[in-house]
Amino acid sequence: MSANNDEINNLLNQDYKQGFITDIQADTFPVGLNEEVIAKLSKVKNEPEFMLEYRLKAFRHWQTMPSPDWAQLKIEPIDYQEISYYSAPKSKDNGPKSLDEIDPEILEAYKKLGIPLAEQEQLAGIAVDAVFDSVSVATTFKSKLHEVGVIFCPISEAIREHSELIKQYLSSVVPVGDNFFAALNSAVFTDGSFVYIPKGVRCPMELSTYFRINASNTGQFERTLIIADEGSYVSYLEGCSAPQRDENQLHAAVVELVILKDAQIKYSTVQNWYPGDKEGKGGIYNFVTKRADCRGENSKVSWTQVETGSAITWKYPSCVLTGDNSVGEFYSVAVTNNLQQADTGTKMIHIGKNSTSTIISKGISAGRAQNTYRGLVKILKSAENARNHTQCDSLLVGDKCGAHTFPYVEVKQPTAQIEHEATTSKISEDQLFFCQQRGLSAEDAVSMIVNGFCKQVFKELPMEFAVEAQALLGLSLEGSVG
Amino acid sequence: MLKIKDLTVNIGTKEILKGLNLNVKAGEIHAIMGPNGAGKSTLSHVLSGKSGYEVTGGSVTYNGKDLLEMPAEIRAREGVFLAFQYPVEIAGVTNVYLLKAALNAIRKHKGLSEVDAMDFLTLVKSKTKALDMDEKFLYRAVNEGFSGGEKKRNEILQMAMLEPQMCILDETDSGLDIDALRIVADGVNALRSENRAFIMVTHYQRLLDYIKPDFVHVLADGKIVKSGGAELALELEEKGYGWLEQA
Ligand SMILES: Nc1ncnc2c1ncn2[C@@H]1O[C@H](COP(=O)(O)OP(=O)(O)OP(=O)(O)O)[C@@H](O)[C@H]1O
Ligand SMILES: [Mg+2]
Repeated sequence: MSANNDEINNLLNQDYKQGFITDIQADTFPVGLNEEVIAKLSKVKNEPEFMLEYRLKAFRHWQTMPSPDWAQLKIEPIDYQEISYYSAPKSKDNGPKSLDEIDPEILEAYKKLGIPLAEQEQLAGIAVDAVFDSVSVATTFKSKLHEVGVIFCPISEAIREHSELIKQYLSSVVPVGDNFFAALNSAVFTDGSFVYIPKGVRCPMELSTYFRINASNTGQFERTLIIADEGSYVSYLEGCSAPQRDENQLHAAVVELVILKDAQIKYSTVQNWYPGDKEGKGGIYNFVTKRADCRGENSKVSWTQVETGSAITWKYPSCVLTGDNSVGEFYSVAVTNNLQQADTGTKMIHIGKNSTSTIISKGISAGRAQNTYRGLVKILKSAENARNHTQCDSLLVGDKCGAHTFPYVEVKQPTAQIEHEATTSKISEDQLFFCQQRGLSAEDAVSMIVNGFCKQVFKELPMEFAVEAQALLGLSLEGSVG
Repeated sequence: MLKIKDLTVNIGTKEILKGLNLNVKAGEIHAIMGPNGAGKSTLSHVLSGKSGYEVTGGSVTYNGKDLLEMPAEIRAREGVFLAFQYPVEIAGVTNVYLLKAALNAIRKHKGLSEVDAMDFLTLVKSKTKALDMDEKFLYRAVNEGFSGGEKKRNEILQMAMLEPQMCILDETDSGLDIDALRIVADGVNALRSENRAFIMVTHYQRLLDYIKPDFVHVLADGKIVKSGGAELALELEEKGYGWLEQA
């Protein structure tokens, strides 16, 4: 092993910047899960009767399901009775009514994360829903959105105030029994965001949810439901982080997108959960079910994700292309370092005629990390002239990491056209030396090469997010060379 | 500017440089010639800080400082530039991006502010033109799919942009066609100045017809075995290296 490989490893040894803990008063349920806990949860959240039934049904179903098969992941069994299913910052009654009622410590926490919630400092052009542990603590620009009929609120509020939409669409994309974590989430989800864009409305600003896990021993089970009615458009951003703690924490979210005729949703995620330390201690287990249903003709969804955090990521944002001429896109950058493991990819299910999908996946592994791409392209009999283009590129930094690619294809319709390209490359010592010889530090060289590798995906992100993603990528790879 | 004294260098257990001495003053051009495998690229790499070489003895001072102590990027920022014999390709990173990042890294080291975007563009375009390169090269990934000669020209573009003090050219002339050779030589001549020095590794007199060296050295078997003026190159062209090795 030569000096430059040591350098690569040093660069990777960079600390997690969002690892601070906020000291606040919280109401937290004791650990454990049973029907009583679920009833209590539903009660605390003031939910209508139908929700309790929904949750109990999901819980009963979950109990019958086996734990998932971990494929490429190495994972300790999770004890679901050792997790607390609800933690909320203490407040006078059910959630803060205005920003003044939010604990200043929480406002400070978001400010540190670069997401000011206070009125005078709010990010221009972006409405934010801030979810702290189990509850939404603030949603900005609500009234401005209200003017055009856009509903953007915590899902717990939507359950109480827009129950018709909830009844119609919740679990309509991800059925309760879809998978182990989706069932668990349906039983115990605490908060998340709800978005409804009415017919013909182009949402006037980016909508964004920022998830923060603060309390220890809690799981975060958030639920997001976005409905784009006919001819509407919305761009939605999701960000997340968590304090640095020694024990693993569970994050099992469900995101459902419903896209009706001629509508479009652009969903971008920059995921930066705490990845655990260099020895693999602690970190977030990120098991997420994300799915979009392009229900109407000419509907379109784009998932763009930049995954840098979590000890373990298991996530396949998927597109069900039901409508004729519908379009599904998946752009992904997944970075793993140290002992992180990521098993991500997408599923494109073509049902409608002329439906098209594009998959661009960029996996970067460094340290001793393992990065797996797993994708499924399924073309049903009904999907005449369906097309898919898949491109999977892997970049290795150093020589102790791994990249794996598993593209699955199932075609039932002979007119379908499918293309697949895959490459694996490595940042070579000669490249690093060349950059250093031009005056760049090894860190900057790696970051430059990695950013170049990810360009195709970054250009799909909204501007502010692209900048953040680049910075994050630099951070999570610092210490990989030195 | 550069003083190399009794330099010995190993790759693994094999001794490649075996007590090399060379003094380069500001304003001078030194040509280094010598048979394949003599250690010319090794010398270039050791001077520019590439890892994988073990310096077992001797010293190198650069502007009074111990060069061998400096990390590679510091040497670069202090003005040591190597035009590579085999330039690498970097997918996804455009030439223009690399040039700007490199220029700013060097400016920062000198305590200067980042280069203004417009000024940079004007500068890079004029240098590209001077080397008779299409502007399109600026927006292509570094060396990716470049022909051998284009890669070499690209090295000189980087040199022209970064304005180093100590320029080391490792066989920059190899792979260039006759016109390109003249253009590259013009580029180098334009950079000649009182406070800049060049070490040019070459196998051919042809380059030296365009860039007249002050000194010519023969590096054979890890040592400088003969030094002279520009006329030595002509003699080598005629007689080869055999007569020196026997001496
Ligand atoms: N990584 C390595 N491992 C072992 N030997 C090496 C290594 N790199 C170079 N060498 C040897 O060191 C010696 C000097 O090589 P160097 O590249 O410096 O020669 P050169 O003078 O530049 O030759 P050329 O004119 O062909 O470019 C050669 O014998 C070469 O095989
Ligand atoms: Mg050589």
